[in-house]
Amino acid sequence: MRQSTANDIIRLRDLSAGYEGRPVLNHVDLRIGAGEFVGIVGPSGSGKTTLMKVLLGAVDVYGGEALVDGRSVSPRHRPSVGYVPQLETIDWNFPATVEEVVLMGRAMQSGPWPWPRRADRADMARLLERLGMVPFRRQHIRNLSGGQQQRVFLARALIRNPRLLLLDEPTSGVDIKTRDDILHLLVDLNREGVTVVLSTHELNAVAAHLPRVVCINKGVVADGRPADVFTTEVLRRTYGGEMVVVKQEGMTLVADSPHLFDELATPVIARPEVPV
Amino acid sequence: MFGIDVTEPLQFDFFRNAILAATMVGALTGLVGVFVVLRRMSYIGHGMSHSVFGGAVVGYVAGFNFYVAAGLWGFLSALLINQTTRRRQIGADAAIGIVTTASFALGVALISRASSITRNFDAALFGNLLGVSRTDLWVIAGVLVFTIAVVFFFYKQLLFLTFDVDVAPIYGVPAGWIDSLFALVLAATIIASIRIMGVTLIAASLVIPPVIARLLTDRFAVMLVLSTVLGALVAFVGMFVSYHADIASGASIVLLSAALFVLAIAGVTVRNWLRFGHPVLATRELTSAESKALFD
Repeated sequence: MRQSTANDIIRLRDLSAGYEGRPVLNHVDLRIGAGEFVGIVGPSGSGKTTLMKVLLGAVDVYGGEALVDGRSVSPRHRPSVGYVPQLETIDWNFPATVEEVVLMGRAMQSGPWPWPRRADRADMARLLERLGMVPFRRQHIRNLSGGQQQRVFLARALIRNPRLLLLDEPTSGVDIKTRDDILHLLVDLNREGVTVVLSTHELNAVAAHLPRVVCINKGVVADGRPADVFTTEVLRRTYGGEMVVVKQEGMTLVADSPHLFDELATPVIARPEVPV
Repeated sequence: MFGIDVTEPLQFDFFRNAILAATMVGALTGLVGVFVVLRRMSYIGHGMSHSVFGGAVVGYVAGFNFYVAAGLWGFLSALLINQTTRRRQIGADAAIGIVTTASFALGVALISRASSITRNFDAALFGNLLGVSRTDLWVIAGVLVFTIAVVFFFYKQLLFLTFDVDVAPIYGVPAGWIDSLFALVLAATIIASIRIMGVTLIAASLVIPPVIARLLTDRFAVMLVLSTVLGALVAFVGMFVSYHADIASGASIVLLSAALFVLAIAGVTVRNWLRFGHPVLATRELTSAESKALFD
């Protein structure tokens, strides 16, 4: 387990949290320092999204404590962080353009008038420029590619100038090139001092390239560098199944257990030749 | 035109009051309906009007003013629906069904106990534009101004909350407070409209103009304006149709809206057919620059 650093931006102490009285996470202890880039991995239902929501003050805490930037987090005390939800949760038929979605990030800061302030427009233009989205600013969000849609919601999070950026499966459902672009963008943001925490299902394509990975399954199973964390034992405890870990030339690769395919393949291989 | 003096009904006081009331109600339901449709709560207009009817009967029996009784009842119903909906096991449609039909049934039960009060609620059930009073006009105007003010000053919060109900509170939007405000606006809209449109037709005036507007635009702000204008326009024209065709005004307005909806859907389908070579509803082609940026 990672030891405390002097400048933790996230600190969970013996935290239990969930929904409607049912805990999803139990007795979680976790520290993440300012400026870190951390991936959260685990099977479906392991509590990845719940962990994100704890940090956003969006779920009920049943025990322990969650601190973001030194302040206790709860539904009544939400921290000012950037959050990019899973794109699957978005209503793509809603009548909203790229500009309208990005400016939602300033909904509570930009005064009482329905139109954005000049400063909000300038910040939005700067962000869209950086993300390469200027040509699409007046487009309906449904008419964008998966990577562009992800950038729109990233821009909505970044317009708040957050120190902490939380992304729930940001590379889910996008192609390899787009995934690469998104990760490079996040690395750039991280280099500028933004703490990045993302959840992902992709062990090889995403998690293995991150400086730090936290494996969870209702609680923290392991925490550290991918090379140290991705072991057969840890992955078995995290995912409940056999996985093969291959380490070669500084790379760590995780493969599913081939047993199932062996069973399927055996009868075919064993089939006797039929004379023609 | 065709030997008909279209402006003829304007010489009557009752018609001038009625057309003013109908136009304001059309604008009001068009505006509020945008949020109702986008929150996928179209059924709420139908349910709330039934609920308010129950409240009005209870108020009448207890000797309260119609607007006070119906208003209080409607607001409480809306809050109750909101709270019931938030329980994960119960969907919004089921919550609306339970709360509003129970309220309507209470009204029906009270009426069946005292048959003498039935006639007073004919207007609430089927709408009665001929009996629009000064008080009605002031109430409708007040609710319209209040609603426009709410949408104007809480535009960004309402937009965010309607678009992304889970993330908006994370970004600081006071969801509970805004939801309560919207419940108040919705209840006030139903109450202001009930005597004009009638319980049975309010839902249509809340749903059809926003749906037509959605077919015509991809921008939220434009949809708000378009739906409001369409609602008012259809009500205005529908009143003249009602007078000249001698049909009930509520029905005339709703039928005109429905005809406009069919025209809009046909127009969008034909437009997309011409563009894409096949009928695609409510979408559009990317420009070549956009396609290049997307796929190169």
